Amino acid sequence: MLAEALVLSAILFVIGTTGVLIRRNAIIMFLCVELQLNAVNLSFVALSQYIGIEGQVFVFFIMTVAAAEAAVGLAIIISIFRHYETVNVDNFNLLKW
Amino acid sequence: MTLDFVSNVDYIWALLPEIVLSVWAMVVLLAGVRRPDDPPANTAALGWLALVGILVAAVANGWLYGVTSTADAAMITVDPFRLFANWVFLLGAGLTVLVAGPYVTRQRLQAGEFYTLILLATVGMMFMGGTRNLILLFLALETMSIAAYVLTAYNRRDRKSAEAGLKYFILGSFSSGFLLYGIALVWGATGSVHLTEIAAVVEAGAGFTGLLLAGMALLGIGFAFKVGAVPFHMWAPDAYEGAPSPSTAFMAAAVKAASFVAFLRVFLEAFPTLYESWYPVVWWLAVLTMVVANLIALTQANVKRMLAYSSVAHGGYLLVAVAAANEMATAGLLFYLLVYTVMTVGAFAILMIVSGQSEDRLQVEDYAGFGWAQPVLAVVFTIFLLSLAGFPGTGGFMAKIYILQGAVESQLWMLAVILALATVVSYYYYLRVAWYMWMRSAAAGNDHARVWTPLPVWLALILSAGVILYLGVLPSGLLDGAMTSAQGLGVVRDGLLGLRP
Repeated sequence: MLAEALVLSAILFVIGTTGVLIRRNAIIMFLCVELQLNAVNLSFVALSQYIGIEGQVFVFFIMTVAAAEAAVGLAIIISIFRHYETVNVDNFNLLKW
Repeated sequence: MTLDFVSNVDYIWALLPEIVLSVWAMVVLLAGVRRPDDPPANTAALGWLALVGILVAAVANGWLYGVTSTADAAMITVDPFRLFANWVFLLGAGLTVLVAGPYVTRQRLQAGEFYTLILLATVGMMFMGGTRNLILLFLALETMSIAAYVLTAYNRRDRKSAEAGLKYFILGSFSSGFLLYGIALVWGATGSVHLTEIAAVVEAGAGFTGLLLAGMALLGIGFAFKVGAVPFHMWAPDAYEGAPSPSTAFMAAAVKAASFVAFLRVFLEAFPTLYESWYPVVWWLAVLTMVVANLIALTQANVKRMLAYSSVAHGGYLLVAVAAANEMATAGLLFYLLVYTVMTVGAFAILMIVSGQSEDRLQVEDYAGFGWAQPVLAVVFTIFLLSLAGFPGTGGFMAKIYILQGAVESQLWMLAVILALATVVSYYYYLRVAWYMWMRSAAAGNDHARVWTPLPVWLALILSAGVILYLGVLPSGLLDGAMTSAQGLGVVRDGLLGLRP
């Protein structure tokens, strides 16, 4: 079971990573970041079967951090939406070299 | 006083600076609260209040030098490395608070929250430098990063600030995901999240090697993002350029320092026996960062963006110290971080003054004539620029020398040569600003006669310039402190000396 769970978590993580890299909608990118974090949570829970209960404690910490990040991230997305009326990152091009 | 962590009270003593600063952040937050019909909060008073908190935390940090810790397994360490790193973070936060006042006032930012976020980010950094537990490290990193995201997007009226905040946020949380996945895999491979226990398992050859190497690689990617190493640097120039200037100063100085301290501690304490696997990667990161960042900085006409790339380039010099991984290099890194913090915040302070505490007049042409209009400020700025460039007689020069010495001790000849060459290249873009300042006359309508430099800014500038000149002439006192702090970290490479040609 452990191998399957770890492989599933790796697949989810790769989907999240790919999503951040190829999608251009800020909210979808943010959701993909959350998918990454939850893939890691799955790893922690799966591994905790073999290593110890602390893995499940880590998951709670990570969920808390993800919630805090969501609050700040959505606030930033709202603040940029007020300026641009869009959340497509291709339109945000004031800063470039 | 001896702490054995049998009683839980010991944790309070070991965490005294962090606790003081956290509580003080709440006090500053409450002091900044206003009802809508009240007059706005007094920015200067809040700034002094925040500064007092930083000073109290610094006193607590100094007091910890008299404390010895007998337990190595605790989540928090009381070693000189942590305490030295704390000085750097507190210095960076204190200088930022001093120089931020006029900008916060003129841009009508909410001062209470601004200073609170700086203090809370500093608490996160202090935990990053002080922990040997990967999960606590992650929480500390997020405490710092989330505060830094908000500081970047802090000016809601400014499009650039929002854009920078979004870019920083997406890529920052993206990199945190990598770091976290690395932690999960390392924990899965070794059964521990404690750095010394991981090192023991790895040394014994137990654990799952494939999982461990994958976890280490992911940790490395996460840290490379956080320290802004090329090719993981793309967030840095945008975030630094778009953020309000005081936030940029804070991020370029203290946030970067914290990332480096954690990077160094994790790789030197948890994976010393895998040095042969990770050092080539850090080697390449260092080379790419030094070369690419310096070359792009050459082309920048915007001084703020030039300083952003310069910050990335300095990350390259610091990566040399990580690759060298001996005590000399670690001490050099600590020394460098302190000097770098001081000169970066100083340079951004002058940038804010020239731009009139706003986000315009950031082009290099806008510096024309500044030298003769404001000679004292211009001399101070020249000192900062020379130190950033690494001119002899400044602290920046000595810092580079120590890192070079560390690289040479580890026989990383190529890195040492590239570091020296990159430094020479960097002279051009730093000195160009100085040249505009002193050798060009101001364009019509751009008079530098009216600048706003209240007392706290002067205090910060004089302190910074003084520290840089002092360390340029008499660096040995601080170096001794850094050497003591580096003890035990970075015995890695010493064992290899003589084995390689």
